[in-house]
Amino acid sequence: MKSTSIKGLLLASTLLCSVGFAYAQDAELTIESWRNDDLEIWQTKLIPAFEAKHPGIKVKFTPSAPAEYNAVLNSKLEAGSAGDLITCRPFDASLALYEDGHLAAVTDLEGMKNFSSVAKSGWSTDDGSVQFCVPMASVIHGFIYNKDAFEELGLAVPQTEEELFAALDKIKEDGNYVPMAMGTNDQWEAATMGYQNIGPNYWKGEEGRLALINGDQKLTDEQWVQPYETLVRWKDYLGDGFEAQTYPDSQNMFTLGRAAVYPAGSWEISGFNNLADFEMGAFPPPVRNAGDECYISDHTDIAIGMNPKTANPEAAKAFLNWVGSDEFASLYANALPGFFSLSDHTVKMDDPLAQEFVSWRGKCNSTIRSTYQILSRGTPNLENETWNASANVIRGTEAPADAAKRLQDGLASWYENQK
Amino acid sequence: MSASEKTKRPVRWHIAVFLAPAVLVYTAIMILPLFGTLQLSLFREVDQQQVFVGFDNFRILFGDPRWSDSFWNALFNNTWFFIIHMLVQNPLGILFAALLSSPKLRFSVFYRTAIFVPTILSFVIVGFAWKLILSPLWGIAPDMLSAVGLKSLFAPWLGKTEYALTTLSLISVWQFIGIPMMLIYAALLSIPDEVLEAAECDGITGMSQFWKIKLPLILPSIGIISILTFVGNFNAFDLIYTTQGALAGPNYATDILGTFLYRTFFGFQLQVGDPNMGSTIASVMFLIILAGVSIYLFGIQTRLRRYQF
Repeated sequence: MKSTSIKGLLLASTLLCSVGFAYAQDAELTIESWRNDDLEIWQTKLIPAFEAKHPGIKVKFTPSAPAEYNAVLNSKLEAGSAGDLITCRPFDASLALYEDGHLAAVTDLEGMKNFSSVAKSGWSTDDGSVQFCVPMASVIHGFIYNKDAFEELGLAVPQTEEELFAALDKIKEDGNYVPMAMGTNDQWEAATMGYQNIGPNYWKGEEGRLALINGDQKLTDEQWVQPYETLVRWKDYLGDGFEAQTYPDSQNMFTLGRAAVYPAGSWEISGFNNLADFEMGAFPPPVRNAGDECYISDHTDIAIGMNPKTANPEAAKAFLNWVGSDEFASLYANALPGFFSLSDHTVKMDDPLAQEFVSWRGKCNSTIRSTYQILSRGTPNLENETWNASANVIRGTEAPADAAKRLQDGLASWYENQK
Repeated sequence: MSASEKTKRPVRWHIAVFLAPAVLVYTAIMILPLFGTLQLSLFREVDQQQVFVGFDNFRILFGDPRWSDSFWNALFNNTWFFIIHMLVQNPLGILFAALLSSPKLRFSVFYRTAIFVPTILSFVIVGFAWKLILSPLWGIAPDMLSAVGLKSLFAPWLGKTEYALTTLSLISVWQFIGIPMMLIYAALLSIPDEVLEAAECDGITGMSQFWKIKLPLILPSIGIISILTFVGNFNAFDLIYTTQGALAGPNYATDILGTFLYRTFFGFQLQVGDPNMGSTIASVMFLIILAGVSIYLFGIQTRLRRYQF
């Protein structure tokens, strides 16, 4: 008796709900995302702007916790209850979704014309022929410096590597500031802000990265070893006990004004703006010789794709096209300084530091982190090994040539093109 | 005859009924996953299909240099972690217990509590607190050492390959020393006064009373503590993960079987998780612990003398 009444209730509510849907005229789109920090920006800025342009479409942003996103998303996709639009992590995680039929191809979408091949690389099949997510944002590597300290010591912004080391020498001599804020305790900083930051100038960005994937270059080639040799020189400019200095330690050290230079990723900008009470500037990884062509790591970080099972494919496509538009690029980049639009549109940004970072795209060639595409699929994992090797050479416990050989042997043990 | 025996011994259903909840829960959350893990370690994923490969995963783990280097490194570190506990934690625990049980000691309740408190803290708190204490930038360790003129002894202990593991072992000792202390303390209190009085009549007092009378009487407790330390240390994970991260830096110097298992099973950063190899490592950990416990049970426990009073 009781159970029949509950069943009846459930049935009635289900019917009512579906009736509600049937009468709704708007197409409703739900976005799956791991960026729960951005909920407010989506609700107050991005979605209203889109809905104003597309009156028949309603959008809901429903993020889950970053660490659980992959698991939550996969189970929703398997169960068929995932949203219409899906935020994509770069490379293998999203590629696997595409291969399992959980992401639709977006290659022919109008909005995709506004992206370069580097921007699209994070969400392309290995041969680059099919794209399955519209790129949203990237993070750029470089160096943030304390302008007040540089003025105090009469230092110019370094253009070449020798100028950088000369500046660091002067800061060290003066003794008021730790020349460079970085530690090796967390390991990833040494690789991400160290090796992947300065490296593209040596391996010529995309040229070297693709040659490594094709097997035309090896990690033991000089352009892949030399960045490690430069990192060895960093050791003298890091703070006392940098071996046990953590990532938050480095951030604090710089924002409290105790260090002059911070090897950075652009995602630091909004955090640093709130904490530092001195003026900050930024410079791209210095080139080796004056006049050399420069390269920056403009790493693809976030994109958005379409669930092939969506009930409103046309509305979803309209949204994805909008993500490729000028308007979205400008809104997103200004709402989240440090997360730069990947499209070719020129975006005016209010934050001077963010503006500085993005201006390098005009002068230098963009590339992405060398270990992210394809090369970190096997065991040993090249990305994790690069963390380890970078931290080791900075600590002075492994010679650059030995580290390079170890990584090359590891990669060759499972990657066909390097055998 | 037989009929009357049957009526004498009815089936005691209540035993099964009372045991059932514990057996069911224990089976569901311990026994089944254990066999699931053992089973998973015998398979490998080929083209999205689980294929039976027998003991091949174990062969790779022990034989393929890509895996075996990490495995032996983790096993060696785990053993060192255990040795430090056995050499530092347990003797110190016994010493503290002996001091606490001395009737002449004042404030013993306070000491007992103070030494035991870290045991109830979570690993995460202990890990972060010590990381902060030892930080070369903000930590109080450098200042305290310089206050007594020993600044030259300070090093970034958690960041140096040669010290990191020992430092972490000592932090863990600091956290868990309360357990051997309390167990030994309880054992010491349970020694009957008659035995000690008899010893005193025979002229055995002070230190020799401890070595000759008390220590043999608490040996079973020391055995239990050793096996608890063994199982706890070979299952350790949290402290390393909170202080050094999943890559157990510097240069895998603090990588123990727990962190190696975590990275392999769940994946880390760009590394994709491999449940089959992860289960293989978990099975090896299980076998190591099983072997240790068996050696203890059959080799030591059965030989310990029991005292009857």
